[in-house]
Amino acid sequence: MTVDAHGAVTAPGSAAGLDGQQGPRTETIQLLTPEGERVEHPDYPLELTTDEMKGLYTDLVLVRRIDTEAIALQRQGELGIWASLLGQEAAQVGSGRALGPRDMAFPTYREHGVAWCRGLDPSRLLELFRGVSHGGWDPAEHRFHLYTIVIGAQTLHATGYAMGIQRDGAVGEDGEAAIVYFGDGATSQGDVNEAFIWASVFNAPVVFFCQNNQWAISEPLERQSRIPLYQRASGFGFPGVRVDGNDVFACLAVTRKALQAAREGQGPMLIEAFTYRMGAHTTTDDPTRYRLASELEAWKLKDPIERVKAYLVRTGAADAAFFAGVDEQANELGWRVRKACQEMPDPQPLAMFENVYAEPNTLLDSERAQYAAYLDTFAPEVAR
Amino acid sequence: MTTMTLCKALNAGLRKALEDDPKVLIMGEDVGKLGGVFRVTDGLQKDFGESRVVDTPLAESGIVGTAIGLALRGYRPVCEIQFDGFVFPAFDQIVSQLAKLRMRSLGQLTVPVTIRIPFGGGIGAVEHHSESPEALFAHTAGLRVVACGSASDAYTMIQQSVAWDDPVIFFEPKRRYWDKADVDTASPLSAAVPLNRARTVLEGTDVTVLCYGPMVRTCAESAVAARADGRSVEVIDLRSLAPLDEETIMASVRRTGRCVVVHEAPVTGGIGAEIAARITEQCFYQLESPVLRVGGFSAPYPPSRLEEHYLPDLDRVLDAVDRTFAA
Repeated sequence: MTVDAHGAVTAPGSAAGLDGQQGPRTETIQLLTPEGERVEHPDYPLELTTDEMKGLYTDLVLVRRIDTEAIALQRQGELGIWASLLGQEAAQVGSGRALGPRDMAFPTYREHGVAWCRGLDPSRLLELFRGVSHGGWDPAEHRFHLYTIVIGAQTLHATGYAMGIQRDGAVGEDGEAAIVYFGDGATSQGDVNEAFIWASVFNAPVVFFCQNNQWAISEPLERQSRIPLYQRASGFGFPGVRVDGNDVFACLAVTRKALQAAREGQGPMLIEAFTYRMGAHTTTDDPTRYRLASELEAWKLKDPIERVKAYLVRTGAADAAFFAGVDEQANELGWRVRKACQEMPDPQPLAMFENVYAEPNTLLDSERAQYAAYLDTFAPEVAR
Repeated sequence: MTTMTLCKALNAGLRKALEDDPKVLIMGEDVGKLGGVFRVTDGLQKDFGESRVVDTPLAESGIVGTAIGLALRGYRPVCEIQFDGFVFPAFDQIVSQLAKLRMRSLGQLTVPVTIRIPFGGGIGAVEHHSESPEALFAHTAGLRVVACGSASDAYTMIQQSVAWDDPVIFFEPKRRYWDKADVDTASPLSAAVPLNRARTVLEGTDVTVLCYGPMVRTCAESAVAARADGRSVEVIDLRSLAPLDEETIMASVRRTGRCVVVHEAPVTGGIGAEIAARITEQCFYQLESPVLRVGGFSAPYPPSRLEEHYLPDLDRVLDAVDRTFAA
């Protein structure tokens, strides 16, 4: 990458910090190659039972199916918009399955895979994208905060939450941690940099999980950073690692270790999950306007699901019947998601006046009453 | 005259501004190669280069803060904030720096930064993509706040804003981006309605309806509907929200004696409240009824399946018009 006198970036054929392009300092943790070969890393030993591996594979397939179904629903007018996670399944499932039941996750608006791992019904996500609610699930129930759309804002929330964990004495043996998700674009926001500082100086038990999917809508990573993102952490005074974001085993192992360190009081860590946004930014975006098809083709070879399947087949851990069963599960889930979406009722008009304040509010109460009276001037089938 | 969409008119206006003044820059998220998420800047980077049409890092505070620095160096930046709800990370730079530098420097510093903000709802979007924060800026001394409501105004007003030596917050009615109208691209900019003047969209004698941005079309349609009921509604597109064109407003209200102000933003503390107070101060004895406001409620912008209830529509405007006669 070069930057000219006007600050214009001449991008190479691939994103900054791709393996091998930044010299020996860039190391990507990988435990499963794109070809499905298991490799060891001295810092990240990972023992998984066959059932656990099959479980991860199932998660990957199911969250991709949720995504595929949602895109179709948007195309058919059932959803207003959808932010696809295609290509990022391993980063989300690997990190999501690393979370303990008491850890708290703070997502962006694309963490459908993490939501799945936290046990949130996918139809709850569709409510937001259909325009029925702004989220509306109980963050405490699933230890999964609401989707945050303003870029990077949630990194500070997670950090503050982690400071609360400290004050509750929940750091140490059997401790808790927070994890916060954000993208490569978000790393430019002031909020994210402030979160790094807060977490660092207060040694907060928070894991910063950055899914570097290479694109912030149309802007490539070079527009956000001249160094690999994980290296930013050192400037803030805590460790950073890069993990192959399409390797569910590596994402699981790296996140587990970071969370455990945070729970034990060793402070924050930045994980850069190096992955790729295979689809559009959202269903309203057209990536053919700004990126090359060849880039997409190269990343297809690193598919997060195919490599697990190859490994399970090669090792004899799973047979054709298992894969057929997972496909069947995916079809059932897709059907269930579709049905839930189509049957989702619109909220009542007066619902927009609800839940604005915890205490009574005379202004809002009078507006609600006035609007109700106004609606009553119409025929009932028009008004409600 | 050329027929074009409001979006294309903005694009043409920005192109003209870039051509006319080599100091004009465009900066924002996705404004370059993509041409903006609404394509307002489509093709400009290709024709004017990456140095003048800049895809910035994803940080709104950074966009406005560096625009201020570029302005201090003699440039004339036009910033795009991708959606209304994303302007708040830049709020500090706008309110505490951009708006105040001239006075702080005893007039020695001029910071001609234009900040374009697509605003308003009606497109079925998710949270933070449908808001109308104009009153927050109109409340801030040192800023000029304008909103275009038609393609022809979009074309001229964006050029006037860029040429204006004070900071301008330029609101674009995003749900009207695809509305087409005739645009005069041949006449000189000096022939256009001045930036600080309102424009009468439809003349009438019974009641004055004041509006701006996306509500101009809604109110014009309401006026046509009211005509069927025998009411003559004058519709005025305010265009400039800070300062207000009081001359045009008061002249109309003195003639009609009735006034309704319509905006998507919450009525509480809104532009309509300011206008109603000024009309009461200046036209009290000509008023036949209280000035009424139609706008958003004192609740956050709702999920999109409810937005038709939140947004003023033809029926709510007509209801208010009727009420000015009931008093």
